[in-house]
Amino acid sequence: EGADPLITEVQDWASGLGDGVDATPYGMPIEFEADVVRRNVPWLTADPISSINFTPIHALDGTITPQGCAFERHHSGAIELRKEDYRLMINGLVDKPLVFAYADLERFPRENHVYFCECAANTGMEWAGAQLNGAQFTHGMIHNMEYSGVPLRTLLEEAGMDAAGDLSDKWVYVEGADASSNGRSIPMEKALDDVLVAFKANGEALRKEHGYPVRLVVPGWEGNMWVKWLRRIEITDHAVESREETSKYTDTLADGTSRKWTWVMDAKSVVTSPSPQSPITHGPGPLVITGLAWSGHGAITGVDVSIDGGANWQKARLAKPGAKMALTRFYLDIDWDGSEMLLQSRAHDETGYVQPTKAQLREVRGLNSVYHNNCIQTWHVNTDGSAENVEVS
Amino acid sequence: DVYGLGREALPEEIAAWNVDISPDGSNLPEGSGSVEDGEILFSDNCAACHGEFAEGAGNWPKLAGGDDTLANDDPVKTVGSYWPYLSTVFDYVHRSMPFGAAQTLSYDDTYAITAYILYSNFLVDDDFVLSKETFMDVEMPNADGFIIDDRAETEYTQFTEANACYENCKDSVEITMRATVLDVTPETEEEASVQDASEEAPVEVAAAETEAPAEEAAAPAMAEPDPELVAAGENVFKKCKACHKVGEGAKNGTGPMLNGIIGHPAGAVEGFKYSSGLQDAAAGGLVWDQAAMTQFLTKPRDFIKGTKMSFVGLKDQEDIDAVIAYLSTFE
Repeated sequence: EGADPLITEVQDWASGLGDGVDATPYGMPIEFEADVVRRNVPWLTADPISSINFTPIHALDGTITPQGCAFERHHSGAIELRKEDYRLMINGLVDKPLVFAYADLERFPRENHVYFCECAANTGMEWAGAQLNGAQFTHGMIHNMEYSGVPLRTLLEEAGMDAAGDLSDKWVYVEGADASSNGRSIPMEKALDDVLVAFKANGEALRKEHGYPVRLVVPGWEGNMWVKWLRRIEITDHAVESREETSKYTDTLADGTSRKWTWVMDAKSVVTSPSPQSPITHGPGPLVITGLAWSGHGAITGVDVSIDGGANWQKARLAKPGAKMALTRFYLDIDWDGSEMLLQSRAHDETGYVQPTKAQLREVRGLNSVYHNNCIQTWHVNTDGSAENVEVS
Repeated sequence: DVYGLGREALPEEIAAWNVDISPDGSNLPEGSGSVEDGEILFSDNCAACHGEFAEGAGNWPKLAGGDDTLANDDPVKTVGSYWPYLSTVFDYVHRSMPFGAAQTLSYDDTYAITAYILYSNFLVDDDFVLSKETFMDVEMPNADGFIIDDRAETEYTQFTEANACYENCKDSVEITMRATVLDVTPETEEEASVQDASEEAPVEVAAAETEAPAEEAAAPAMAEPDPELVAAGENVFKKCKACHKVGEGAKNGTGPMLNGIIGHPAGAVEGFKYSSGLQDAAAGGLVWDQAAMTQFLTKPRDFIKGTKMSFVGLKDQEDIDAVIAYLSTFE
């Protein structure tokens, strides 16, 4: 093999000029990364206006999800709501019902936190069997961002809660300004703990599709509760039992009864690469196995990886110590001998919980839960490096 | 107040937004509606997606049926078979429906539609009238079908560190199922290009909207539609979007895709199953010119007898002109 002309010959880019600083006032990814985008599964829903798409987690690294490819879920489409037209009302069992303009919110002391947001239906299509070929489709209803905003507690205290009396059995009902107005009831204990009224993500304004100008952030709890275009907060003495907390986001068990109020997203992990959309292209030798782990109960304390379908497990390396209700990146650096692998990962969280297998979950819940599927995922990696979504005994 | 920010909410403001209805019927408004009225209202407002008898259409939710299926392999979850509270139906219909025209139903109409949904589930008789007074008399079949999250007892105690195996955890490992057998993963490349196109289309329209319209108007070239009218039409088209698609890659849905519809023969979109009424009109040579489309959009069912389009029509001539102008931009 001769010398590499990319080195020995002067290339155009090494001689001519590139773009000036005015070329892209707000930059998009370079064209060569055009396949790293959110994708839809058209058969899943009746209409893309009331639907969901998927984060390309197979192609990302680190833990922060760029806003532009962070999954979207809307019930009546993503609306355009100007900050000037934004109003947030607090009413119900408060001392003084209040209306805030957007500018008011920026005057309260604010906090920054990194949290994952996972749709309760993430991995839901896999209950009945391996269905979708790609980590993006099986596990991409998740994103992880740094939010800036005001604790919900601060706003509730501004309205005063003496009128509510004993807070231990009270609720906070939240709704959005869009046509679906997606109302959800949150127990007061959670509302006063770590819920955030956020207006920035990853340093910049929320994107339209994520609820610009203001959304709720409910750490560790299912994404449907993270109400976008947040317009009203009502203190009540009961759960409202809205459409999104009764007919949807409830988990039907084998005997036909259904669990409700299953808000917390249990510990979960997935190998993002290699995976069906991210095959091994370099042959045997050094191989980086990587993935994501998270838990709605707190910090990830460890991740195990198996390359033989769960017969033997080894501890993966965490890129950083786990943080509460945030994605954790893990790596297992191996010398791949080129043989088939059945790749799995298994998350541990600070409560001592260990991510279960699909069989273990099915034993408790049956096949019709739809939501909250946090089972161990298996990728079958072939000798040619391609990978497929499978189930194993 | 701690920081003295915000202002007191006025009673009429609270009344406008504080409309959530609870299981005990609290906050229900005055009003009533019959099954009889509900049948007509449902047909006009809901049937396009949910079917004439609430049986559902395409991938849209079924609202009726599914009795005793919750323990089956594929449970059918409807208002009758699954929803535990009637308050949820009323609340949701009033706040979020119809899709694309939310918060347009009066309280009486909401009572009537809710009554019809109950009737379609055989939960009330055909002479039933739902009102604030009769609301709590209705029994929902699956009211006792829910338990509060019990994962702490049923799952967390067994999925633990103590039970986690590390070595020789299985005698053998067999592949029992492959995703490629079902093969329902979207074709990523093609799928992506279709997606991109449909997302870019509205951006172009929006850009046209903001370009100095005054200058454009000064030189009315050919029959180019007025950009302001097109922009207004895009807004009106939100009422149609649930069923009709336009733009690159537009496909037939509940209704036919509408690229190139203005000026073209009726009933001619490939692959769409038209009503016999529309087929007859097409056979008679109907062309969707400005005049015909105006008549159709004014009162669809008067213009085409037996049309499947359940949309009641646009009252405002300006809206009709605008939406026709908007549609004329898609070739």
